[in-house]
Formats: sequence, C-alpha cells, structure tokens
Amino acid sequence: MQYEPWEPARASDIIAGLTHKEGATLLMLQALQQAFGYVPPDAEPMVAQALNLSRAEVHGVLTFYPDFRREPPGRHVLKLCRAEACQAAGGDALAAHAETRLGVTFGATTADGAVTLEPAYCFGLCATAPSAMINERVVGRLDAAKLDALLAEAQR
Amino acid sequence: MSLRIFIPRDSGALAVGADEVAAALVDQAHARELPVDLVRPGSRGLYWLEPMLEVDTPEGRVAYGPVTPADVPSLLDAIVAGGPHSLRQGLTEEIPWLKRQTRLTFARCGIVDPRSIDDYRAHGGYRGLERALKMSSDAIIDDVVKSGLRGRGGAGFPTGTKWRTVAQAGRGQKYICCNADEGDSGTFADRMLMEGDPFMIIEGMTIAGIAVGATRGYIYIRSEYPHAVEAMNAAIEAARRTGYLGEHICHSTDSFDIEVRVGAGAYICGEETSMLESLEGKRGTVRAKPPLPAHKGLFGRPTVINNVLTFSAVPYILDGGAQAYADCGMGKSRGTKPIQLGGNIKHGGLFEVAFGITLGELVDEIGGGTLSGRPVRAVQVGGPLGAYFPRALFDTPFDYEAFAARSGMVGHGGVVVFDDTVDMAKQARFAMEFCAHESCGKCTPCRIGSTRGAETVDKIIARDRPAANIAVLEDLCNTMKFGSLCALGGLAPIPVLSALTHFPEDFGLAPRRLQAAE
Repeated sequence: MQYEPWEPARASDIIAGLTHKEGATLLMLQALQQAFGYVPPDAEPMVAQALNLSRAEVHGVLTFYPDFRREPPGRHVLKLCRAEACQAAGGDALAAHAETRLGVTFGATTADGAVTLEPAYCFGLCATAPSAMINERVVGRLDAAKLDALLAEAQR
Repeated sequence: MSLRIFIPRDSGALAVGADEVAAALVDQAHARELPVDLVRPGSRGLYWLEPMLEVDTPEGRVAYGPVTPADVPSLLDAIVAGGPHSLRQGLTEEIPWLKRQTRLTFARCGIVDPRSIDDYRAHGGYRGLERALKMSSDAIIDDVVKSGLRGRGGAGFPTGTKWRTVAQAGRGQKYICCNADEGDSGTFADRMLMEGDPFMIIEGMTIAGIAVGATRGYIYIRSEYPHAVEAMNAAIEAARRTGYLGEHICHSTDSFDIEVRVGAGAYICGEETSMLESLEGKRGTVRAKPPLPAHKGLFGRPTVINNVLTFSAVPYILDGGAQAYADCGMGKSRGTKPIQLGGNIKHGGLFEVAFGITLGELVDEIGGGTLSGRPVRAVQVGGPLGAYFPRALFDTPFDYEAFAARSGMVGHGGVVVFDDTVDMAKQARFAMEFCAHESCGKCTPCRIGSTRGAETVDKIIARDRPAANIAVLEDLCNTMKFGSLCALGGLAPIPVLSALTHFPEDFGLAPRRLQAAE
C-alpha cells in the first residue's frame, strides 16, 4: 500500500472537505488514515477544532475503534480471521503459523517494515473458511501453503 | 451470437479465485476470437461450488464449478461443443441444494448484475416502491404488519410495530438506519445481498422512509466488507442518477436519500444504539433504553433501525406479497430465514428456507457434514453469542421460540459446524475473551465479568478447584445475563453455559447423557 507522507496542510484539506457531514468524526479519521496510513497525534487537535469537540473526545474515538492506527503500518497489512467459523476450519493453527513465519505477534509489524499482522473477526467468508485479507484482497480456503505464498509475496 | 457467461464478483467467490477465472476466460475467448458477454453478478450462495461459472443456454443457465483458471480452456471447448465436462453441474436451478430452497429475499442474488438498475427492474425490482408511492403511510405499514415480518437482525422484533411507532412520533426530521454491521462469525447473508442485490436494500429503505416520513437514510457497513461498501455506493449512485433516490422520487412528492457510513472494526457497533453513537461520530458505547430509537434515535430524532435482510424483505411484501410472506414459516416466525452454513462444513453457503427446518437436516443433509470428514460434534447457531448445540439437539426446528426454549438463539441465522477435534472449554473461553475484547465498557457486568470469566475458564481448564470455579463461572454468567445493558454482555453467557451443559467432559466433569430439554 502506498501512503502519502504526513503533511498538515493536506490533512487540513481532507478535514475541511468533510465538515458539512453529520457526525463526521469517524469520516475524518478514516479519510486521514486512508491518506497517511495512520492518524498521527498532530491530527487529533485539527479534527477537534473542525468539529468543535475537545481533543479528549477525538482521542477517545480514535482509541475506541480497532481499525485506527496511531503509527504507520507496514507496506502490507495481513488480516487473519480469528473468529469461530475460521477456528472450526483450522484457523488457530494458521494464526500460530503466521506469527512464527513473520516473527511477530498480532498487532505488530515485521522488523523490515514489510508486513503488519492484524487479527480480524469475520470477513463473512465463513463458507470458505479459513480466510484472510491482504491489503484489500480477500483470500479463502487458506492453508499453510497458501499462507506461505502470500507472505512470500508480501515480503518481496 | 455471443456467449453470455456469469462469474460472480461476490467476495466469497473472489476469495477463492473468481477474478482469476474471469481473466482466464477473457484471455481464452480473445485467443479463440469467441465473442463473450461476461457478467459479474453476486453469488448464488453455493460456496462449495465457487468459483461457479454459468452459461446462458436456451434451457436456462448451466453451472460449472468449482472452476480454476486451468479448467477454462477445456471448459470453453465443452461449452462450445455442447459436450460433457467433469465440472458440469447441469441447470443451475435444478441443482438439488438450490432447488430445496424457498428464495424470497435471495431470489435475484447471483442472477442479476448488481451494477445495473435496468437488470434489477427487469427482474421485478422497484414494483414494491411504485405501489408504495400510491399508498398512504398507514396502508404501507398495514401491509408490513400483515406480512408478520420480524426483524431479521436477531432480536426478531415485529417490523410493522416499529415503523408505526416512528410514523406516529410527530413531525420533523426522521431517519432510516440500515444496520449492515454483520459482525457475527458464521453470518454473511447481509454481505451477499449488498454485493449481489443492492438495489433491493435501497428499495426497502426507501419504502420505509416514505412510510414513516423520513427523508434521510444511512447504511452502516462494517469495514471488514470493502466489496459490499463499493457495491452499495455504486448502486446508490445509480439510483440517484435514475431518480429512485433524491428529491421527488419517481416524480412523486416524496424525497429520500441514502449515505453509506463505514464502521471501524468494533463488533459492538452492530448493537443498534452503539451504531447510532458511531454514526454520530462518537465512541460506540451502548445507550440505555428507554428512550427507544423509534422515539429518540439518530441525533435524537425518531429513527427506524432495521437489518439488511429486514429491509430486503419489504419490496416483496409491498409488491402484493404480504399474505404470501405470512403464509411461509411456522408459529410466530413468518416468512423465510436465510441460513448461513459455515465453518468445517462440506457444503457451506446460503440456504434460504421457510422457518421450521431442523438443525440436523441443515447440518447433515444440506451441509453434508464436515469438510474434514470427521464426525460433527458441536454446532454454534446464532453467532458468537449463540449456543453450542450437540447432536442430541439436532431435532430443534429453526424457529425463534423453539431455539429459545432450548436456551439457544436463531440470531442472524449463522450455523457454524465443528468436528470432533473441537475443545469446548476452549470455545467457552473464546466466548468470554471475545466479549472482553469487544465490550464497549459502559456497564460493569460485561466489562469486568467477561475478563473474570475468561480467567475462571482458564482455572477450570487447569483443573484448579473445578467445582468451585464452575460455580463462580455460573454466577458470573448470571450477573452478566441479568445485569448487562445490551445483548453483548447479556448473551455472552449463552455459548459458555451451553458448552458447559452439553460438553461437560471438556471441563473435566463426568460426561452427561443429555436429555433433550423439553
């Protein structure tokens, strides 16, 4: 995934483009993350000011939702489904395999910055479990060999 | 004459290679100078056959699956020659798995092009809205009441009653909210509809707007569904362009518009009041009820909140089908229920059927047992907050009351199958851990009870004073059940207690011969 470097002026533009929306906090944070890959601390007061909220309120929203990142992710984000349907189809073993292969635990990024490994709770691909999403690409009927291929591709 | 070929763009099909198959098809057709009209519909829901390719023939669509890119050349040979092929499934409509279904909500899914409003209309779309535009608000709501439609999100509240409350809640701004935060593991019906028949959801929401006097609608979709977000946005744009959304819908005096909002990974936002908080740009914490959202919902205004499947049932009902809808089903569970078969299952997919089919028929006959080939040991019905049922309860019919009578729930209709390698104490622990992870933190029983619950299950697994700790666990479950504000804390005990009741041997207790709980 290619993200823009953090740039306050660009962030201002993104925020200004959304102030007309009802209840825009999440929209702004999502748009910022889409542009920069994460929501830096400097963005919080900007959102707060645009919406006439306290900085604490914006910080509260940012930290409540698992999707928001406060640090840049790796070049690829691999999300593995950890929910029941995937557990039933061998998901736990795959999760352990991914951690071992990448040398990181869930929520962390590999030392070379290639892959961020994140847990997910259901992509709605339960009939072709176990499943994963790499960047925005969905993968079903995952097994160790398929997972290795994905990781190799991501680490190239 | 060009060949009309269908390959789903549903994410369940994409996850197993539908795009690669489509690319191979385009390549091969090009190389052979064979004119092909490739359509990318949603999925029929026969996921064990995905990627499924269908060819239009004078007799109807013929299905092939599961197709890999390597199969495409021989497949094209067979199609052109009208010959046999090992992947040929015959006429799609005649595949027994599909033929056994009663498709009302999913009638068009996998058939129409989800990007084409013309295709939707050609298949009966927007007839419900056109009729509703000529009716009074009361008459529309009467139709919904008469159909017996109950909310398909899980709670099963009568839809017409909810709409009437909002319609009578004074004047001024009102909202329609479609809850598309389908967070339960094992459920994917909403996703399939959004990707396969998005105009039906739009039509259902629009009818609701007209019925209660709301001009704005939101559809809140979870971020785990990027393809559904894209499909809904494209359909909303097309509906606006053709006058089905916006000012003066179809040249009437009614106006209605819809905006997609995307969640941010919090399971709790599937709970309706948390969803409202999230839509308002806040932390997704649960609101105490009353006031009901029907009186004070989004931005404090009267709001109809329904699930994707509920709104999707509305166009059929308004198109003169209220009685036909009510005629399906059993007891107080009217109409059909789209059941989702997933997990360790041979024939996984979406199975829409009238209420009343038994759990055993679903798992053994339709699902074909486990994919691993091992015996089925447990089935979780109704998502992460649903009960684990053993084989002894496989005679339970799919019906809200019948499941509740056996301490379970139908919920959103997810059925997740586990084979005999499952460790039910571990599953009980996961239920508590999941609740702890996803709790919004507002009320103590859920926030602290779930964390203590996971610790207590750990002690039981470690055989640390099991009898005393099982008593603690049961006590915690009761506190959560009766003391939590919303269904997350209130229902999380269900999977835990069902595991303990039906699979005591996994907790170090003596196995129990289960009597079906009558």
